[in-house]
Amino acid sequence: MSEFQQKCTLLARDCLAPDVVRLTFQAPKIAVTARPGQFVMVRVIDGLDPLLRRPFSIHRSSADGTISLLFKVIGKGTEILAQRCVGDQLDLVGPLGKGFDFSGEQPVCLIGGGMGIAPLLFLAEQLEQSGRETQKDHVLLGARNKDELAPLAEEFSALGYAVQLASDDGSVGHKGFIPDLLDFVLPSVEQVYTCGPHLMMENIVGQCQQAEVSCQVSLETHMACGMGACLGCTVHGKRGLVHVCKQGPVFNADVLAWGEI
Amino acid sequence: MKEDYMNPAEEIVLCTGPDVRVQIGSLALRNPVMTASGTFGYAREFENLVDLERLGAIVVKGISLQPKPGNPPPRVVETACGMLNAIGLENVGVDRFIAGKMKYLRSLTTPVVVNILGDSVEEYGEIARRLDGVEGVAALEVNISCPNVKKGGVAFGTMPEMAARVTEAVREASGLPLIVKLSPNVTDIVLMAKAVEEAGADAVSLINTLIGMAIDPMSRKPRLANVIGGLSGPAIKPVALRMVWQVAQAVALPVIGIGGITTADDAVEFMLAGASAIQVGTANFYDPSAAENIVQGITGYLQQQGEDRLVDIIGTLKTGMA
Ligand SMILES: Cc1cc2nc3c(=O)[nH]c(=O)nc-3n(C[C@H](O)[C@H](O)[C@H](O)COP(=O)(O)OP(=O)(O)OC[C@H]3O[C@@H](n4cnc5c(N)ncnc54)[C@H](O)[C@@H]3O)c2cc1C
Ligand SMILES: Cc1cc2nc3c(=O)[nH]c(=O)nc-3n(C[C@H](O)[C@H](O)[C@H](O)COP(=O)(O)O)c2cc1C
Ligand code: FES
Repeated sequence: MSEFQQKCTLLARDCLAPDVVRLTFQAPKIAVTARPGQFVMVRVIDGLDPLLRRPFSIHRSSADGTISLLFKVIGKGTEILAQRCVGDQLDLVGPLGKGFDFSGEQPVCLIGGGMGIAPLLFLAEQLEQSGRETQKDHVLLGARNKDELAPLAEEFSALGYAVQLASDDGSVGHKGFIPDLLDFVLPSVEQVYTCGPHLMMENIVGQCQQAEVSCQVSLETHMACGMGACLGCTVHGKRGLVHVCKQGPVFNADVLAWGEI
Repeated sequence: MKEDYMNPAEEIVLCTGPDVRVQIGSLALRNPVMTASGTFGYAREFENLVDLERLGAIVVKGISLQPKPGNPPPRVVETACGMLNAIGLENVGVDRFIAGKMKYLRSLTTPVVVNILGDSVEEYGEIARRLDGVEGVAALEVNISCPNVKKGGVAFGTMPEMAARVTEAVREASGLPLIVKLSPNVTDIVLMAKAVEEAGADAVSLINTLIGMAIDPMSRKPRLANVIGGLSGPAIKPVALRMVWQVAQAVALPVIGIGGITTADDAVEFMLAGASAIQVGTANFYDPSAAENIVQGITGYLQQQGEDRLVDIIGTLKTGMA
C-alpha cells in the first residue's frame, strides 16, 4: 500500500444541504490506489491555524483521477474547507488506512448514519462494479431530515440497491433510529458494513452479534497524523490497543472492546 | 556555450552547494535536520512520503524497558497554532523495539537516535545497557520529562540532582553518544543543562512539550482524558527559542533546538540562537514534507547570505544596538 502527499485542484463544490458539502478534487495518484473505507488527511488552509489536517473518508473515487469528499460543517476546519473555491489547490495526504473487505458474494447490508454515509457510496459503487446482483443487497441510511438524505439516497438507488431511510424528524422514511429497521433485514444478509455515530454502530454491532452476522465498522477518532506516527488515535481492542488510522478505520466489529472504546 | 568557461572549482560549489554538515559531539550529521521523538514513529510510517535518506538523523518514538499501553483516549487535541498530547508514552518496549524495528532502521544510511524513558534511575540505565552495541543505533536521547515513580511522580527533568543521576546512569551503561532532552517545565532551564553537562552528557536537546490543558465549555470537561498534556507546535516556538539561546550561552555542549519548527527560517533562527542541529516535530503531522523542505531551504538561506558553511552561522545572533 502506498500513500501520497499531493496538491490537488478543487474541481467542484456542491452543497447538498445548507451545511453538507461535497468537494471533488483532481487527485490522480490517490484516486487510482484508493479503496472503499480509506480516508485522506486534508490541510484545509496553508497557514498554521487551524494547524492539523482533517480526516475525511473517500466518498467517491473514479478512474478519471478524481476523488470526492462529503462532509458536514461542524467546526473551524470544516467551515474553512466548505468555503474553498473551485480552482483552489489543497494539500491532501492519502489514501490512508485499511478499508472494507468486500470479497464475499453473499447479500450484504450497508448502514450509514449522517456523514457516515460518505464512505458507503464508494463501497456501493465498487460492489456494483464487481458484477453482483445489487437488488439482493440492502442499504439503510439515516440522517436528520429529508434535505440531507434525499440526494444521497438517489445515488444508491441508481446503482440498483433497495434503499430504506430513517430521519430524526420523520420528514422522510421511518421516523427514528436506523437500527430499528435492522430486524427485517438481518435474516437475509451475511455481512453488514456500517459507518456513523458511535451509539448507532454499537447498537448495530449488538444486533449483528445476536444474529451471528459478520459486521465491519468504520470508526472516527481524533487524529493528528493519520499515518501511525502520533499514536493519538488509539482505541481499545479486545486484545490490547489498536490504532484507528493504521489498523482501521475499518475494523471487524469482533476485534473491538465496545464497552471501553 | 558559456559553461565551457566555467572554472572547475566554481562548478563544484554550484553542484554541491554550501556545506551543511554538522557535528553533535562524536555524531556526524549530513545536515542538521532531525525528526523529533514521538512525531515520526519508527520512520517507516513515512517511507512513502519522505526521502528518509535526505534527513540528518531520525529520532524514534520513546522506548521504555517494558511495553507501555499509554493513556485512554482522547489523547490529542488541537489548540491555537499548536496541539496538546497525552499519549502517555505508549511504546513496544526495548526488546520488541530491537527485535522488530531495528532491522528496517539499520537499512537506512541516516543515523538513528533512540529516545529512552524510564520510571526510575535504574530503569534508564538498564535500557541504555540493552541498546549498547545494538547495530544501527547511532546515539541515545534521554527523555527526562517523565515522572520518577519512586519520588512521588515528580519529573526527573525538574530537579538538577535527579537529572544528573539519570545522565550518570546512562553514561555508565553505554558508550553511545548521549543527548539529554530537557524539559521546559522548570524555573531555570540553564541549571538543568549545567547539571547534565557535569554529569557527562555529550549534548542537550530542547525543548520537550510545555504542560498545558484545554477545556470544552459546553460539557465542562477537559478535552484530554488525562486532563493535562504536552503543548507542541508553532505556538511554543518563541519559548523554545529563548531557552535554546539561554542554554547555548551557558554550556559548552552542542545544543539541539526543538519547538514548533516548520520552515527553514524557523530552523535558521534556532541555529542563530546557538543550536548546532534542530528537530522537526509536530510539523511532520501537518506537513510530512516539512523536514525535507527545511534541508533544502537551509541551503537556499546560506546561498542567499553568501555563507559556505552552515557551522559558521551557529550562535551568530547579533544582539545589542550596533
Ligand atoms: C477516518 C475518519 C473519516 C472521517 N470521514 C468523515 C466524512 O467523510 N465526513 C465528515 O463530515 N466527517 C468525517 N470525519 C470527521 C471529520 O474529521 C471531523 O468532522 C472534522 O475533523 C471536524 O473538523 P472541524 O475543524 O470542523 O471541527 P473542530 O471541532 O473545530 O475540530 C477540532 C479538532 O477536533 C477534531 N475532530 C472534531 N470532530 C471530530 C470527529 N468527529 N472525528 C475526528 N476528529 C474530529 C478535528 O480534526 C480537529 O483536530 C471523519 C473522521 C475520521 C477519523
Ligand atoms: C504526539 C507527540 C508524542 C511525543 N512523544 C515524545 C516521546 O516519546 N519522547 C520525547 O522525548 N518527546 C516526545 N514528544 C516531544 C517532541 O519530540 C518535541 O520535543 C515537542 O513536540 C516540541 O517540538 P514540536 O513543537 O516541533 O513538536 C512528543 C510530541 C508529540 C506531539
Ligand atoms: S492519527 Fe496519528 S497514529 Fe493514528
